Amino acid sequence: MAEEVKKEAPANFKVTIDNITVEVAPGTTILNAARQIGGDVTPPAMCYYSKLEGSGGKCRTCLVEVAQGSEKDPRPMPKLMASCRTTVMDGMVVKNITSERVQDARAGVVEFLLLNHPLDCPICDQAGECHLQDLGYDHGKEGTRYEFKRRTFEKEDIGPYIQLHMTRCILCYRCTYVADQLTDKRVHGILDRGDHAEISTYISKAIDNDFSGNMIDVCPVGALTDKTFRFKNRVWFTKPVDAHRDCPTCCGKVTLWNRGDEVLRVTARKDEWGEVQSYDDKARLDLQYLSF
Amino acid sequence: MRLTNRSTEVDRSPMTFLESIYLWNILKGMGITISHLFKKKATIQYPEQKRTFAKVFRGLHVLNRDEEGRENCTACGLCAVACPAEAITMEAAERLPGEENLYREEKYAAKYEINMLRCIFCGLCEEACPKDAIYLSETFAPANYSRKGFIYKKEDLVIPHPIHEKEAYEKAKGGRVEINKKD
Repeated sequence: MAEEVKKEAPANFKVTIDNITVEVAPGTTILNAARQIGGDVTPPAMCYYSKLEGSGGKCRTCLVEVAQGSEKDPRPMPKLMASCRTTVMDGMVVKNITSERVQDARAGVVEFLLLNHPLDCPICDQAGECHLQDLGYDHGKEGTRYEFKRRTFEKEDIGPYIQLHMTRCILCYRCTYVADQLTDKRVHGILDRGDHAEISTYISKAIDNDFSGNMIDVCPVGALTDKTFRFKNRVWFTKPVDAHRDCPTCCGKVTLWNRGDEVLRVTARKDEWGEVQSYDDKARLDLQYLSF
Repeated sequence: MRLTNRSTEVDRSPMTFLESIYLWNILKGMGITISHLFKKKATIQYPEQKRTFAKVFRGLHVLNRDEEGRENCTACGLCAVACPAEAITMEAAERLPGEENLYREEKYAAKYEINMLRCIFCGLCEEACPKDAIYLSETFAPANYSRKGFIYKKEDLVIPHPIHEKEAYEKAKGGRVEINKKD
């Protein structure tokens, strides 16, 4: 009996996040442990995407304070940790919303993310479902201290369905991961580095793949937007309806965005963390042809 | 039993002869009437005379232009979502190359309608606008023959061009609308 308990004991790690204790499997990241608790405790994430391998660790919005490393080594971690990349240890104590340092750091991160962002929300089609908007609303400061000229790019048509506004991009790399992991051939990527880094295709090569539309859903900001929905309506005026299409290559589960009887947009269904539940581009394109 | 000190008991005793001819009461009433002839009149002769509006008066909407005469509105929909009476509808369109002198941003309102019968002139649209595009002016909705006439379209709302129609622009501005600087 005692042996059995011993065997099960390493199976689950106890981790305390903002005074809420939860048991998670070893290898779980702090972010995913917090997502199991849910609510305010969950750190926001701009680049981490649970369904994309290797995502995370770039935007630094999910920083948390680790007040106690583990049961065996209770020293706190000296610096704030990116919760999407830090795995839990048994007896780890994490502070997110209860930590002043984290809140302060997050406000700084938001300021950094918005340094070059054009803040053209009144024009942007993503406004209303934009994660950067939510993040700025929850954690951002009112003003910016940046006095220099923001970097600008020309908007780019990549393929018949996707428009790229590089000025809005926060370089989360999600779209490149989608192309890498979901489609058979990636034709876009990050060019240059540092402040000059930009997402682009090889000399405006069209992105033409049955599943590439998922890049739009995956983009946390309005950098990749649906060309068929461009300036059609505002997100908050449209009503989401779950729909299904018999699709041989994908799961066919989509959300239709209606205004009245008119279908204005087709997207993937998203879960509470704003991540698509399933990839379904074929159905999306088919339905888009139906509705226009 | 008196419930409060304010109540007075009605005198129900029969009237005397002097009271029953109402002479004194008639004189008292006439006195009040005649005294009003010499008092300041509460009314004005409306179309000729007009009262000054209060500083916070909210009248018909105008869609503002910037100092170069480009329309400010980008059809972001915040006025429509802020409107408690749901009086505002709009349709957006993309600015084409060569139209930069007409619209300030890459998106503009191709259709913009306010139903003045629904509007309650609360000014929330003005408050919601991130582009200083909509203002409530000092005029109110004139009478109209049909309900259709109260649905104000873009041509009724957009302020005259500040360079080409300077006088009309100043009149429409009415000292209320601020010209906003270029971005």
